[in-house]
Amino acid sequence: MGMTMSQKILAAHAGLPEVKAGQLIEAKLDLVLGNDVTTPVAINVFEENGATSVFDNTKIAMIMDHFTPNKDIKAATQVKQVRDFADKYDITNYRDVGGMGIEHALLPEMGIVGPGCLCIGADSHTCTYGALGAFSTGVGSTDMCAGMISGKAWFKVPSAIKFNLIGEPQGYVSGKDVILHIIGKIGVDGALYKSMEFVGEGVKHLNIDDRLCIANMAIEAGAKNGIFPVDDITREYCDGRYQGTPVEYYPDDDAVYDEEYTIDLSELRPTVSFPHLPENTRTVDEIGETEVKIDQVVIGSCTNGRISDLRAAANVLKGKQLARGVRCIVIPGTQKIWQQAMHEGLFDIFVDAGAVVSTPTCGPCLGGHMGILAAGEKAISTTNRNFVGRMGHVDSEVYLASPAVAAASAIAGYIIDPAKV
Amino acid sequence: MNVKGKVHKFGDNVDTDVIIPARYLNTASHKELAAHCMEDIDKEFVNKVADGDIMVATKNFGCGSSREHAPIAIKASGISCVIASSFARIFYRNSINIGLPILECPAAAEAIGEGDVVSVDFGTGVITDETTGEKFQAEPFPEFIQNIIAKGGLINSIK
Repeated sequence: MGMTMSQKILAAHAGLPEVKAGQLIEAKLDLVLGNDVTTPVAINVFEENGATSVFDNTKIAMIMDHFTPNKDIKAATQVKQVRDFADKYDITNYRDVGGMGIEHALLPEMGIVGPGCLCIGADSHTCTYGALGAFSTGVGSTDMCAGMISGKAWFKVPSAIKFNLIGEPQGYVSGKDVILHIIGKIGVDGALYKSMEFVGEGVKHLNIDDRLCIANMAIEAGAKNGIFPVDDITREYCDGRYQGTPVEYYPDDDAVYDEEYTIDLSELRPTVSFPHLPENTRTVDEIGETEVKIDQVVIGSCTNGRISDLRAAANVLKGKQLARGVRCIVIPGTQKIWQQAMHEGLFDIFVDAGAVVSTPTCGPCLGGHMGILAAGEKAISTTNRNFVGRMGHVDSEVYLASPAVAAASAIAGYIIDPAKV
Repeated sequence: MNVKGKVHKFGDNVDTDVIIPARYLNTASHKELAAHCMEDIDKEFVNKVADGDIMVATKNFGCGSSREHAPIAIKASGISCVIASSFARIFYRNSINIGLPILECPAAAEAIGEGDVVSVDFGTGVITDETTGEKFQAEPFPEFIQNIIAKGGLINSIK
């Protein structure tokens, strides 16, 4: 029986010629990731259990991104605990303020994830690296700890849903609109426990940032991982960057999928997820021009904080002014992206429009800091979750959208089609 | 192993942000996390919950973030078992890893009501609603999970 891309990577790392959906396997890990929220819990488990060494100090990444620059004394204490651990065990890929970025923007950029690798991370958006043809999935802190000690993890081999992408996105439609459309179609548990495999001729019209954004939000459909086949766009991105040996896996012709969807990218429209679930989607054409008045705009995060996202926002904001009363916070995903955006003149566009530019941080996405909402406030955000209280007060609201829609809405003061500003 | 307790009932898609809001993730203290458990979905939960109580919800319980703080907060609040129609996968894994028993049983999740007294036999997977007398059969834990539980959690199982 044929295997999916995800199954082939798992089989290779388990040392098995073949795996089947539902099979329990133990597989060798190429990378174990944690952040400043999840790593302290993993360290506590590590120390409580008397562990004295890690499996490979070069294959562990600890990225201080959620509440950094440290938002309060407790957050500072947690980062200090991780920093001390990283020093003690000589963790190569420990990254703190000044050398950090939002983990899922940073790891691909650093070249420590790439085609064919197997990665677990104590952060649900670890599924992002599937964009590069990796099998990558989110776990909790105890799994992270076990991975740090043993270099292995157990997996239940997932079945998969195939998304056959055809056509070319038009106008302002981006990777974000593709994934919001898909989540709207299948629901927040539509891919529960499964792989989402994105294939088809439409893939070539999605740049690497679009793919990273799409794979990033696979978890919002409940998926175990999202994955793209490797092509010239992936190879160009990974060439001279990826430190490992890339291995390309493609689905067998007779690979078994639980379901198959064909998505015509040319028919998609800019899409927005309404509170309080990512599946509550509407296209911009279905939203009245003064229906949703917004107080805040966030452009950034592990979903949309990459250079092409910032360019898309700047393209809309150039020469324009934010609507009165709207706060717009732009958060480049990494130090390199920050610097590149600055050199390209994007900061001038943002600041001239009345927006602010932040240091890289997860910050407001999870209601940490750098843009918390008051009761009754509404934000349009390029982040990934719009759950109750996600960005602040339990009575605030988050609308998820692409950088272009978010930027256009900042100008209009209402959620709007970027073609109309 | 058996547990018995009063039920706190929730609906679909209870996410980890309402189980333990991120504003409290600047600590890993079980006690502090428990003090804010379910705060953004039911402010009174922490005042109502008693040791041994049972949480029941419908589909996709624990969706969202990978924060292990979520099952930790639930367990530390005194909850002895979570029953749901389905669980988000990272939450499921985390719960097993930290020793919070969780059972998938759509029939029980639909039928059991707020405040009912429910008993659970983990050996057989039988869930009994003592208030209504109804019995439900949950999927018992697969062998590898029984092994993790028998060894006292994931870390002990790889020692």
